[in-house]
Amino acid sequence: MTECSLLGCGQDEDQYYSIQDYEGGIPRWCPGCGDLAVLTAVEKLLEAEQLAPEKTVFVSGIGCSSRFPHYLKTYGFHGLHGRALPVATGVKLRRPDLHVFAVMGDGDCCSIGAAHWIHTTRYNTNIVALLLDNGVYGLTKNQTSPTSPEGYPSNTQPRGAVLRPMNPIATTLGVTNASFVAQTGDWIPDHLYETISAGFRHKGFAFIRILQRCPQYTTPLFDEAVRNPDLVEFMVHPNGIPMNGLEQIYKHQIPHDPSDLDNGRRLAEPDGRFRLGLFYHNDSIPCLEEVRQQPLRTAEEKIELLNAELDRYAV
Amino acid sequence: MTATTPASETEALPDKGAKKRDIEIIRVKDYTTEVVTDSGEGAQKCSQIFASVSAKSGNGVWSVEIIPAEIQPPARTPASASGNRIRIATEAVTNWGDSANLVMAFNEQVLLARHRMDALAEDAVILIEDMWKNHDDPDIRKEWEEAMEEMSHRSYQFVLVPMEEECLKIVENPRKGKNMFALGILAWIYSRDLAKIREIIAELFKRKSKEIYDNNVALLDLGYKWADENLDFKIDIPTIESEVPRVVMNGNQAIGFGAIAAGMELCSMYPITPATSASHHLGDIIEKFGGIVHQAEDEIAAVGVAIGASFAGKVAFTITSGPGLALKTEFIGLAIMTEMPLVVVDVQRGGPATGLPTKVEQGDLLASIFGQPGDAPHVVFAPATMEECFLCMTTARRIAEAFRCVVMVLTDANLATGQQPFPRPDLKSEWMAAPPDLMAVPEGTLPYDWDSQLGLSQRVIPGQPGGMHVVTGLSHDENSKIGYSPEVHERGCQMRARKMAVFQQTLKRPEVHGDDSGDLLVVGWGSTWGAIEEAVDRARDDGLKVSSLQLRFLSPLEPGLKDIFSKFKKVMTVEISYSDDPNDPFITDENRRRGQLSWLLRAQTLVDVDCWTRVPGQPLRPMNILQAIRDHMPNGVKK
Ligand SMILES: Cc1ncc(C[n+]2csc(CCOP(=O)(O)OP(=O)(O)O)c2C)c(N)n1
Ligand code: SF4
Ligand SMILES: [Mg+2]
Repeated sequence: MTECSLLGCGQDEDQYYSIQDYEGGIPRWCPGCGDLAVLTAVEKLLEAEQLAPEKTVFVSGIGCSSRFPHYLKTYGFHGLHGRALPVATGVKLRRPDLHVFAVMGDGDCCSIGAAHWIHTTRYNTNIVALLLDNGVYGLTKNQTSPTSPEGYPSNTQPRGAVLRPMNPIATTLGVTNASFVAQTGDWIPDHLYETISAGFRHKGFAFIRILQRCPQYTTPLFDEAVRNPDLVEFMVHPNGIPMNGLEQIYKHQIPHDPSDLDNGRRLAEPDGRFRLGLFYHNDSIPCLEEVRQQPLRTAEEKIELLNAELDRYAV
Repeated sequence: MTATTPASETEALPDKGAKKRDIEIIRVKDYTTEVVTDSGEGAQKCSQIFASVSAKSGNGVWSVEIIPAEIQPPARTPASASGNRIRIATEAVTNWGDSANLVMAFNEQVLLARHRMDALAEDAVILIEDMWKNHDDPDIRKEWEEAMEEMSHRSYQFVLVPMEEECLKIVENPRKGKNMFALGILAWIYSRDLAKIREIIAELFKRKSKEIYDNNVALLDLGYKWADENLDFKIDIPTIESEVPRVVMNGNQAIGFGAIAAGMELCSMYPITPATSASHHLGDIIEKFGGIVHQAEDEIAAVGVAIGASFAGKVAFTITSGPGLALKTEFIGLAIMTEMPLVVVDVQRGGPATGLPTKVEQGDLLASIFGQPGDAPHVVFAPATMEECFLCMTTARRIAEAFRCVVMVLTDANLATGQQPFPRPDLKSEWMAAPPDLMAVPEGTLPYDWDSQLGLSQRVIPGQPGGMHVVTGLSHDENSKIGYSPEVHERGCQMRARKMAVFQQTLKRPEVHGDDSGDLLVVGWGSTWGAIEEAVDRARDDGLKVSSLQLRFLSPLEPGLKDIFSKFKKVMTVEISYSDDPNDPFITDENRRRGQLSWLLRAQTLVDVDCWTRVPGQPLRPMNILQAIRDHMPNGVKK
């Protein structure tokens, strides 16, 4: 067995990766499912950044959205419901050379996995986290999720969701060490792509909530907004997510400097429109894997050090 | 090892200004000491140092902590008893023995707790703080009298020690210092080397101020001097020169060192007694070795992080105790399904639920083997000594990697906190995990290219070009593609099971302690090893045809058991887990809930394995096992 360093091993300098190099199995989502748009944006990102497929890892939980890694030809880990983030953290902690993405549904991230969501935000592990929020439990066939709108009838609350939905953006912004918090919609491919791309370039935990259409169960959620750009408002700023001409269609814009956490928190509160863009961005917060990084030791060095430790326990 | 009658002799000590006294030297081969105090008075530290210096002096040692469940239970109550039992002998010691021969007690209530536990020998020597006897508070004086009255039917020999009064000469608050004074007394009684003790104190207090170190040493010297001037007996436990270099540590330290020796660079955990001290120990040193202790947000995340690291090519381990094991269950199933190498250490305590947080039990056996829903074959094994705690981590990592499987290591509170000397391990670089191999594999390499005969497959990790795949907890084929046909699921189950059968074939037939045939075979597992063998040896000395067998591998079970059992008239397990007593009301042979190991052995061998089990929250004592052996001898043979 040849030993090789973790970085740059086996990479061919001249290799060019096309979109096809990243395509995995044929997606089995429902026609019109917003997850497809996210997959397209992600493939475009992989190609644009020319990420080596073998150096890229997609970790997911369980849900429609968590099938995501299967449709890519990178390394993937399709794990447990709610538990994508601990696995992603484990990968990144020991292999900072890998590009790590976590894909989660709203039940996954905001309900069963809520503790991991909060704590991974605080760890600020360098991971791109995509929350595919369709406001419902899709895979298990239409149960109320923490982000289902109040009154939304589901199989578990047929007379309508009894509580007001939780606000994943406001929640994340409330966590110490939140460093990148953005919101986008699957039906605006340019903005979706730019947001994921900004998240990828961010050093730290990039939390991106993607408003995701589920034509199977929650059509009414975003249907109107898809047809009527007046129901969407973009936060704009030179350091924000580029609009690339979208400003022609979306008239509602609000200036927001993403380094202004207070204003970001204010804007996270709902006021009638879906607000998209970058709520907060701070590149200066250290990542867990940096804080915890230790110099690598050879087996011989370890033995020497361990013998010195054992001396203290010698009889 | 049986307790020997003390051989006494006397020696005149040189006149030190005080009146000349005759010092009785009590020479024994096996002697047990306890230090009991209110929680927070430092008994652990005193005892740890005493155990350590005794081992360093060349004696065999086994120490066990006596731990109250709360951090600060009400002082001067039996519930507050905190301390340590230190059994010291000429030869190696493998368990905590029967009863204490000498007790250092900081008040009469904590002593009473030990008395009520029947922990003290009939003629135990008791050195006790005298300040309570004539205390200003009449209630305290009354409590003292009542306690003495309660203990009066035993022939304990009391020595009153003015601990408070003496310590006040050096510190303002003797509550934080008596322990070193007591250590000084013990050092004198057992003729321990003060210089060695000072070295250990310096090491323990290396992060504290010089003043704290100086005070501790002054108290130590004061205790030594007090004993020198006031006591008239010494205990001499002869030593045998060890042929090999030795180290002394507790089981959790051994697990920590063992993990480093196995090349593990990540311990991912969430605090829980009695597992936590292993991570304290590791946290102290692991960074030097390029590793970290990751304290996760909960046990679920802890195991998830370890699995993520393992997926990325670095074998990690997670350490926990019963309640944490319960939380990790789903992830352990996922690791089994995805064939992710993973080491899980469970330092058992009493259960279910919060149970006995600080105390020993062997109640997680069945949960650790069968805890996962679905068929989830994996390896479960249990070290029986501190040395095995050290070595088992390398074994665990190697099995986990070679068989792409989960290995669970079961220790318990007894091993975790007890100290024992053992031969210093001769570290080897091949114990360490090799750095991940990131060489390209041919395009289309299968993530589970199962060998149909063996169920084994090659592991491919992120970073290896050509090997891209998505592992999944869903039932999958050799390409890790989600299976939608019955064949796929059946084949996956078969492959994961088969490699465990292959693994079982590599195990050695266990050795019987004593004769290979006889009237009764006692079977145990884990930390009960020493106590069981000691009881069996005593029974054999008495002419009983008893042997014993200590299992290390519980799943898969070691080979040849049915054959071994067939040579005995009766087989019985001895365990620290609950079982119904056959004489209890409503209990029939049909509804009797048996000890967990006997349950397992009966199912696997179809032998009618009986059991004797107790859940006292303490290690078993050889004398109690001996009694159980007599009680369970088959009819018609010598009891
Ligand atoms: C421990 C556990 N509990 C419950 C489930 C069942 N389950 C699977 S997916 C899911 C919810 C999916 O909803 P969401 O996370 O929003 O993903 P979506 O399908 O909407 O993309 C549930 C409850 C499970 N797989 N595991
Ligand atoms: S149920 Fe909804 S989320 Fe799931 S695949 Fe269908 S459209 Fe997409
Ligand atoms: Mg959902």
